[in-house]
Amino acid sequence: MDVKEILRRLHASPYEEISVRAPHCGVARFAILDTGARVQGPSGTWREKPGTVIVRLEREGAVRPIEAPQGGEITFVAAHKDGTFVQAGEELARIRHFLTKEEVLHRILREALHLFPAPEKGKYYFTPDVDIKIKAKGCRSLRVEEGMELFIFSRMKRETTLRYSGPAGIVYAVYFAGGDSVDAGAPLIGVCAEHELPAIEDVVARVHGEWEEEAWAAS
Amino acid sequence: MDRDRRIQELSIRLRYLQDIFLGEHNPDVELLTTRFEELCARVSDLSADEAARQIKTLEELFGFLERKLERQLSPMHKVRIVRHPQRICLKDILENVYDNYTEIGGQDEYSIDPSMLIARAYITRKRGKKTYHQPVMVIGQEKGHGQEFRNGGSVKPWGNAKALHYMKVAETEGIPIHTYIFTPGSYPIEDYPGAAQQIARNLYEMAGLKVPIVAVISEGGSGGAEAIGLADTRIMMSHGYYSVISPEGAAAIEGRLKEGERATPELIARCAEALKITADDNRAMGYVDWVIHEPELGARPEHYAFFRKLRKAVIASTDEIVLEVSNLRLFRSWALKRHRGSDVLDVYVRWSLDAAAQQRLLWRRYKKYRRMAQQAYLEERYFFKKAVTQVADALAGVYSYLRYELLGRHQKKVTELAEDVHAEMQVVMSRPARWWKRLKETLGLKPEAAAGLVALSAWDEGRGQDGWRYVSPQAKHDRAIPCPRARTNGCLDQWAPDLFGDFAGVCRFCGHHFPMEYQWYLHNVFDPGSITEFFADVESTNPLKFPGFDERLAEAKKKTGHKSACMTFEARIEGIPLMVAMLMAAFRGGSVGAAEGEKFIRAIERARRKQLPFLAYVHGTAGIRIQEGVNGVIQMPRCTLAVRRYIEAGGLYLVLYDTNSYAGPVASFLGCSPYQFAVRSANIGFAGRSVIKETTGMDIPPDYHNAYQALARGHIQGIWDRREIRANLLQSLKTMGGPKLASR
Repeated sequence: MDVKEILRRLHASPYEEISVRAPHCGVARFAILDTGARVQGPSGTWREKPGTVIVRLEREGAVRPIEAPQGGEITFVAAHKDGTFVQAGEELARIRHFLTKEEVLHRILREALHLFPAPEKGKYYFTPDVDIKIKAKGCRSLRVEEGMELFIFSRMKRETTLRYSGPAGIVYAVYFAGGDSVDAGAPLIGVCAEHELPAIEDVVARVHGEWEEEAWAAS
Repeated sequence: MDRDRRIQELSIRLRYLQDIFLGEHNPDVELLTTRFEELCARVSDLSADEAARQIKTLEELFGFLERKLERQLSPMHKVRIVRHPQRICLKDILENVYDNYTEIGGQDEYSIDPSMLIARAYITRKRGKKTYHQPVMVIGQEKGHGQEFRNGGSVKPWGNAKALHYMKVAETEGIPIHTYIFTPGSYPIEDYPGAAQQIARNLYEMAGLKVPIVAVISEGGSGGAEAIGLADTRIMMSHGYYSVISPEGAAAIEGRLKEGERATPELIARCAEALKITADDNRAMGYVDWVIHEPELGARPEHYAFFRKLRKAVIASTDEIVLEVSNLRLFRSWALKRHRGSDVLDVYVRWSLDAAAQQRLLWRRYKKYRRMAQQAYLEERYFFKKAVTQVADALAGVYSYLRYELLGRHQKKVTELAEDVHAEMQVVMSRPARWWKRLKETLGLKPEAAAGLVALSAWDEGRGQDGWRYVSPQAKHDRAIPCPRARTNGCLDQWAPDLFGDFAGVCRFCGHHFPMEYQWYLHNVFDPGSITEFFADVESTNPLKFPGFDERLAEAKKKTGHKSACMTFEARIEGIPLMVAMLMAAFRGGSVGAAEGEKFIRAIERARRKQLPFLAYVHGTAGIRIQEGVNGVIQMPRCTLAVRRYIEAGGLYLVLYDTNSYAGPVASFLGCSPYQFAVRSANIGFAGRSVIKETTGMDIPPDYHNAYQALARGHIQGIWDRREIRANLLQSLKTMGGPKLASR
């Protein structure tokens, strides 16, 4: 896998296009009619404050505001449909969301790493010898291979050993803390091939140092 | 040295004045500032004698102008006085009023809640050659002269729980409790035990504490004050305030401010004036028993004469309470009242009570609060109607006594005897009964059982009713209604006639309960035609003449057709009678004032007399009605006392919350019920989101007050679907009510 190629691709197109479509039919009344307008995504500690209203859809007297799912710039708005009846699924607007550093890193690592997921909801710990090694030298000192006893899965005070399955490599990232309850399917660790580690570290450093975020893109 | 010390003292006095008259153009304060600065500038050049002379002159000027400024004090100035770091605090009182004390459960910041201070103290009294040490439990909020960790006397729920614990300890030990109220309000968080629920618990327990309680109020802010304020005697410091809400909070409500906005100082001052929060106002309204006068511009730690006065006041109050309920008092009670707080006080009163005196104490406490706030509501008092009501109530009381007290006891013995005889007979008859059963089976004599095995069940078997008896006006609109949880749950829009007609306002996708009118419950929960309303003539009014409130009240009366936010009635569920007090959200947000409190108390008293279960159905309540000031907040202890009396008489008290229920009522007569339930999608709490944010600085999650959170925190005992309220109430009446429903 060419990690640098992923970064180059992201550099060439450092944004994500989000299409805002009508969830149901109704008369559309646009709150934003111009392209280039900037919108905010949901905010607040619990993302409880909705984003900027783009359009209001009225059906049988019920008005539903359609808000921006993410912050960004409006690149397309179906202004000609303002005040008209639209069908469910019709595109009403498009938002260009510029990627933040965290999002770029997340995408790179998602493609470059092998994620080992939690098979069941419960608490996960590393086996004692692995735990000691990680605490002493960090997770990247740990080499894993198929069938290795890596985790202790604890649920209702009953503990079972969990073996690693997947390609052999170095543990690049640990996504849980001992004692936390992890949902089924959530990643526990991210593993990369040993020879890819320098390239990944280099790319991550470059993203941290060079990636320029739009000031408002983080919203 | 003496010169420096005197200048330093003047500087402190000047700073105090500047703080009290902050932001005002006051010529007297400005004059003192100028004269003080002039003196400071030249004092080093003066001879010792001349400096002493000029300092003395300035001290006299300070004294003169302080007396003058004392006469200019407004309610808002008094608010600033009680919140000033130089104000006396509880530790000063412990040092100067009591002869010895030990602080319990805390050492500065090392305490479960440093804003609540508990101490075991004693007062030494000498009468003739004898010396008496009279122990007291001292409980109060501690501001600590501005110590940050004291949180300004804003007590967390666990601090109030600590206070309650030691009140119970005092009861066990049989010693009086002296409480000192120095709080702007309770810390409004819901974490267990919960601000509202703990205050309710405190009030409920204080209503039945069998020891004398004396409360001294300096800063009495709403629920925080009530948590330790339900006392047999309430003394108020002359420069204190006692209010339903802080002036800032009232201004935020009156000014309809949004989160983050601040009220203007003028609006805050106007609210402080309108709320009638001063000691004289509260004395005039009868909510404090007496006012203890402070030195000019408020008591500070160096005012030792004030502490002596306070000591006499608390001793005299405790003596008075004890003597009033004691068997042997003769002249002592008269002498104490005549010379209240004066130096001629020279009687000894033992502060322990025997069992009969304890009962008299509780009855005295109940009567004291029952008499309060009678001037704060209106009632058409036609002689004939009043006489009929009184006679009916008296007859109900006589019937109740005969039926449940006199005959009830004998009936119980007869019933027990009959049960024993029946059980004996069962043993004797068991063998013949078995033979008879076998014989019937042999002969095939069970036609109904056989029919049940071969016949199909009917499609509508068990269906209690066809549709709802009341259809909401919301169902008459031809429109689709989006569910507020559609974003997360993906609910589809629903047609209003379906949603509010057939589905009783419950989203059929996620179960979200849309608010419904209180009429829906009246018609669909209780048996048809079983509702008999009473006390409908008790009317809310504007006892404080709060500016602009008459119009708002008239509008609410016109809109709802009711005279107050509380409707009291007797009704039936499946033939079982029960008494109901309902708080209606449509009338001023269901806020509780004097009329609502009075109706609630009368209803629960009637339920006690008639031995009926009592349901408080809270269609919605925003809290205590702030425009009624202390007339409103006093309903917290008043109603809680009535609830306690009812429950102790064997009553079953159920509370059902719907829509939104907040603040004072939840923190008193609702929150003290052992059986509290909520309709799904209800919100229950102490303070709203913006108040929590402003007071604690914490962001709270969107579902913070949700009924499920309240259930998880242990504040309520269950959540009901609106469509199953009737069945659940019936189930509760049957399972919690005992054989006679109201009686244990």
